[in-house]
Amino acid sequence: MSHYLDHNATTNIRSEVIARMAEVMGQVGNASALHGYGRKAKALVEAAREQVAALVAAPRPQDVIFTASGSEANNMAAHAAPQLAYRPSAVEHAAALQARAEAPPLPVDADGQLDVGGLDLTQALVACQLANNETGILQDPSRLAGQVGYLHVDAVQAAGKIAINMPRLGADSLALSAHKFGGPQGVGSLVIRPGLDMPALIQGGGQERRRRAGTENVAGIVGFGLAAELALRDLETYAQHVRGLRDAFEAGLPDAVQVVGGDQARLPNTSCILVPGKSASILLMKADLAGLAISSGSACSSGKVTQSHVLSAMGIAPKLASTALRVSFGRTSRSEDVTAALAFLRAVLQG
Amino acid sequence: MQIMAVNSLGLDKDPSKTRVVVAMSGGVDSSVVAALMHEQGYDVVGLTMQLYDHGEALMKKGACCAGQDIYDARRVADQLGFPHYVLDYESRFKDDVIDDFADSYLRGETPIPCIRCNQTVKFRDMLATAEELEGDVLVTGHYVQRIDGPDGSELHRAVDPGKDQSYFLFATTQDQLDRLRFPLGSQNKEETRCQAERFGLAVADKPDSQDICFVPDGDYAGLVGRLRPGALVAGEIVDIDGNVVGQHNGIVNYTIGQRRGLNIGGSAEPLYVVRLEPANNRVIVGPKSALARSLVYVKELNWLGAPLSADEPGLEVRVKLRSAQAPQMAHVRALSEQHQDRAVIELLEPAFGIAPGQAAVIYDGERVLGGGWIEGAEHLSQAA
Repeated sequence: MSHYLDHNATTNIRSEVIARMAEVMGQVGNASALHGYGRKAKALVEAAREQVAALVAAPRPQDVIFTASGSEANNMAAHAAPQLAYRPSAVEHAAALQARAEAPPLPVDADGQLDVGGLDLTQALVACQLANNETGILQDPSRLAGQVGYLHVDAVQAAGKIAINMPRLGADSLALSAHKFGGPQGVGSLVIRPGLDMPALIQGGGQERRRRAGTENVAGIVGFGLAAELALRDLETYAQHVRGLRDAFEAGLPDAVQVVGGDQARLPNTSCILVPGKSASILLMKADLAGLAISSGSACSSGKVTQSHVLSAMGIAPKLASTALRVSFGRTSRSEDVTAALAFLRAVLQG
Repeated sequence: MQIMAVNSLGLDKDPSKTRVVVAMSGGVDSSVVAALMHEQGYDVVGLTMQLYDHGEALMKKGACCAGQDIYDARRVADQLGFPHYVLDYESRFKDDVIDDFADSYLRGETPIPCIRCNQTVKFRDMLATAEELEGDVLVTGHYVQRIDGPDGSELHRAVDPGKDQSYFLFATTQDQLDRLRFPLGSQNKEETRCQAERFGLAVADKPDSQDICFVPDGDYAGLVGRLRPGALVAGEIVDIDGNVVGQHNGIVNYTIGQRRGLNIGGSAEPLYVVRLEPANNRVIVGPKSALARSLVYVKELNWLGAPLSADEPGLEVRVKLRSAQAPQMAHVRALSEQHQDRAVIELLEPAFGIAPGQAAVIYDGERVLGGGWIEGAEHLSQAA
């Protein structure tokens, strides 16, 4: 019996999305072509643009720029205003942290909240997550609006899990990724504030209003759009479902285990725990061998588990941070998954 | 009467109930071992150590931290269908192997980091991880034999003398040996290559690794210079009578017994490096006769045989003083009854070019009795 509890890494594609994408993949058509096939493809892309805009309450669908990933969207934003110093928060995903590394990251406090102190950031392009991928801790970037030269919000982990209102955030741009909430992998989006000038990172054909070259991934974009529509529709039932499981998991944890950001506003599906005295990398292997798919911090493409920059930015000592595991629930998770995860933790703490 | 069903690893367990952790380097040998274990129905788990930042070792900015070998190991595991994990041993490898390598050179020694690696990260740390993962044994692709003897497990030379790696495994303790298995020790390299082809492994044609893994360009002195800035200081090359005969560019560039690359002319007979003096930053050269040594002192003795006595003349054995040299006849005895971790080896015929930092590995026929690190050597006629 296996238990998938790594929904922040990626989650199941919704069956409706798979069916719709399969249908679209069966049709020929380049969205840039003039003929009927092209127009049909283009119409599909434009319909998806509206669905994605609706997910984040963006007023104009034309401000949705499709990309190949959330990482690409974060990179585009980092290069949106080269005249401004790039200042990501210290807990950003590597896709933002390493997008344009020339200034030191902005510190966060012990609660994982951006702490700008008295810094003058009017000449800075600040990147701030809405929800942290490792801890699920939420931030309120709207408090930065107006104080920074440019505000980019990485909403990759938050989208489809909590309600997002881009105008209310005051963000200049917002990064999204389809596969985090039931869409396909390989599709993302940068949503920009109306009227913002966005230079292309990838040059070539004039796709996406000259802001992102490359033939549109029509099926992927359609899947993204449908997943966005379904996620928006199901936001409350989703949150209720995963919060129930997550809270049951945390309530059942052995006493020795601590929850990171347990008293903070968090995503409803994420639990980052510290298992003192245990090495997370060994625990992940043991969990995998026991049929439990969980994760820890961020893994290199080789599979090597690296120290979490997020936890160290929050001031958690390296030794303790190296015991951190992330358990993240999804739409398909069931109470049996909670039972299995708790049984695993009890077993390793007894052993 | 109950018949003991013993599996191919000598354990009284069904293979499917036996968890075999395989140390996979990404090379042909360990890949074949993993495939053989998997074929025999064992519950195989592959582990590969991430030992150093590959991009950094190549001094290529932005290159991936992991080398091709890790990807190769992963591919083999995926192809055969068993779990595979990467162990991040970068910091311990730096502490236990790379730093030791640099410091050893600075002491005027000629280190063997591969043995230190086996001794520390591989058979101490990886074995511990294998146990954490409930592995019954840790299997490696080394060419060496572990044989169950009357007094427990014994370490023996590989069947294929050309591939024997027992010299590099002398530091394996009895406790480690009990939990290790080396299935390739009883076959030759040709068989391994054939098996790699039979399994259709992607790594079947991969050449054997030659250099020290963390010095891919072979420039040891350059690495020592980067690790210990200011360590490579030019100095004098002096003959055994004290005459300055040349200049060197750092003693780490030399090893005892070395003849090539000294750039000294005008001598009637060829000159060899006979001694390195780190304190004076001098390289001492002399004729071949000045290299003769018949007493070898070793430290950190690891002993797998019956307890060693300090009585003269000692146990009659064969000893190997360099990995590429044939074993030679000798007597070995403990330095004293109190110092069982040190030994004195008396060679029946003098050896030439014995370098501190190398290993002295002691054999009884094909069996490895133990070994230690060479800390010094002298010629018997000079001995008091």
